[in-house]
Amino acid sequence: MKANAVSKSNPWLYWFAVLTALATLALIGIGGLVTSHEAGMSVPDWPTTYGYNMFLFPINKWLGGIFYEHSHRLLASGVGLMTTILAVWLWLKDRRPWMSWLGVAAFLLVVAQGVLGGLRVTLHMDSLGIYHATIAQLFFVLTCAIALFTSRWWVAQASRLPDRTNAQSAAKTAALRWLVLATTILIFIQLIIAAAMRHQHAGLAISDFPLAHGSLWPDTGAEAVARYNAQRVSINAENPITAFQIELQMAHRGVALAILILTAGCAWLAGRRLGKKDAQTKLALAWFALILLQVGLGAATIWTNKAADVATTHVLVGALALAVGALWCAIAFRQSAATAYDRRTEQRRSQSAATIGAQPAMTGNK
Amino acid sequence: MIAGLMGAGSIAAAADITGVITLTGTPPPEKEITPLMENPDCAKMHATTPTTHFYVVGPNHELGDVVVSLKGVTGKSTGASQPPAALDQKGCLYTPQILAIQTGQKLIVKNSDSCVHNVHATPAVPGNPETNQGQSPGAPDLTYTYTQPEMFLKFKCDVHPWMFAWVSVFDSPYFCVSAMDGKFIIKNVPPGKYTVEAAHRKLGTQTQDVEVKDGDVTANFSFAVK
Repeated sequence: MKANAVSKSNPWLYWFAVLTALATLALIGIGGLVTSHEAGMSVPDWPTTYGYNMFLFPINKWLGGIFYEHSHRLLASGVGLMTTILAVWLWLKDRRPWMSWLGVAAFLLVVAQGVLGGLRVTLHMDSLGIYHATIAQLFFVLTCAIALFTSRWWVAQASRLPDRTNAQSAAKTAALRWLVLATTILIFIQLIIAAAMRHQHAGLAISDFPLAHGSLWPDTGAEAVARYNAQRVSINAENPITAFQIELQMAHRGVALAILILTAGCAWLAGRRLGKKDAQTKLALAWFALILLQVGLGAATIWTNKAADVATTHVLVGALALAVGALWCAIAFRQSAATAYDRRTEQRRSQSAATIGAQPAMTGNK
Repeated sequence: MIAGLMGAGSIAAAADITGVITLTGTPPPEKEITPLMENPDCAKMHATTPTTHFYVVGPNHELGDVVVSLKGVTGKSTGASQPPAALDQKGCLYTPQILAIQTGQKLIVKNSDSCVHNVHATPAVPGNPETNQGQSPGAPDLTYTYTQPEMFLKFKCDVHPWMFAWVSVFDSPYFCVSAMDGKFIIKNVPPGKYTVEAAHRKLGTQTQDVEVKDGDVTANFSFAVK
């Protein structure tokens, strides 16, 4: 019987979940290389590779863009297999029903993601690439969450008795919790904007930073865009840039600044409410540092004219920043929910004690 | 504009529209295609690092690779009866990089290289299908036909992302691509009034109204890099 069961931590399951999350991060990295090298369509068929069974494609044919695309497909198959094992493992061994369903969700998501990647190739639809990149981020967060939920620390928290210190801490960090959630949602929106930018296949819509086409806000009139295109000489087969793409990159820059400010705000608020030595304050500082690194990588992506390794690192750090925010939300809101539960339980206890105390008096009146 | 194609042709003879296209201003420098030289299969076919050639400019500022056509002339395609046009993948580059064909005309794509390419045609006009096919060394030529007019339909290779070419498709035989010396000639144009359009991949389009009546017509164009 799984219902309302308290699970014991299973270190093997936990480490396998961690491995799946790491493999997913590596898969996002290779996916980033595929896009950075404009190699997404270098293998025209799917699920075969140049007519071969994907797993039997000769290694001496992994040339040029094929190397990136084929590696991406093979690692994706590996992540699919790992996710299937993880889902079955959770279903059979984890005593928490919601964890079993989380495993099923991960399995369904990885299957959908694989099919989406395949359809992007066979249907020649660039727009599917945006969904593919976005779902990849969500799937990574899900695998990280499964790793967190199967950890000894998480399971131990579930078996802890109501704790007055926890209740005080949860009350003090209510504002912080919502700020972390808002920041995480904004990071996710930022990743969607980034995916939309990458899948335009137009290179850099703005090639300078911190200015944009020499101004604080670039001219996006037809004549100006024509001038930008005339001056762009790119080695790869990039599409001409449009006013929309320039505005999209400006939105990306604006949202990046907002995220930087919000993560700084999280660090400040955590330090003020919880003290410098609290684990959440340290997490907030690490998150802020990650975002600072990400801003630096964004600038480097432009300064290196979108060098594949720099742009891909930018994608990876973006995924990590989202995962940190999402896991922090899970921890913080769970603490808050547990505290509320404890408070309700305590109230019920007090009420029933009061009722029992009042009972003899009523009887006596009769 | 298209009146000449309808009636006046029976009185006066067809003529050629010729001209020279020039460029003012300094175009941005072309880039060396260094990734090509990092690929052993491609590098062995080049003694020096090839460069991009977005701006094919002669010593006296003549501008090549400009697609010149009669704007708005449609439904006159003779493509089905024309010999096929050809794109070749040679030295991991497309040759030529700018090409023009008619609707219904066959376009063959060759692979003269010793490595595999994928021929990825990416039209933007509905009715011209996007296709992506692998082509191994020595494989048969691939054949394409388009039914809808389209400017600068991009062909590319995703295995070697620096390989690309643009094919413009017209619904009439009245078009050409300017040569390295900037000269162009549109042959056998029936008498009438026309708008000649010159389109450069980077510099946009320019138009000029002409009238074909008693002999050849000249229409020169000058593009500017700002």
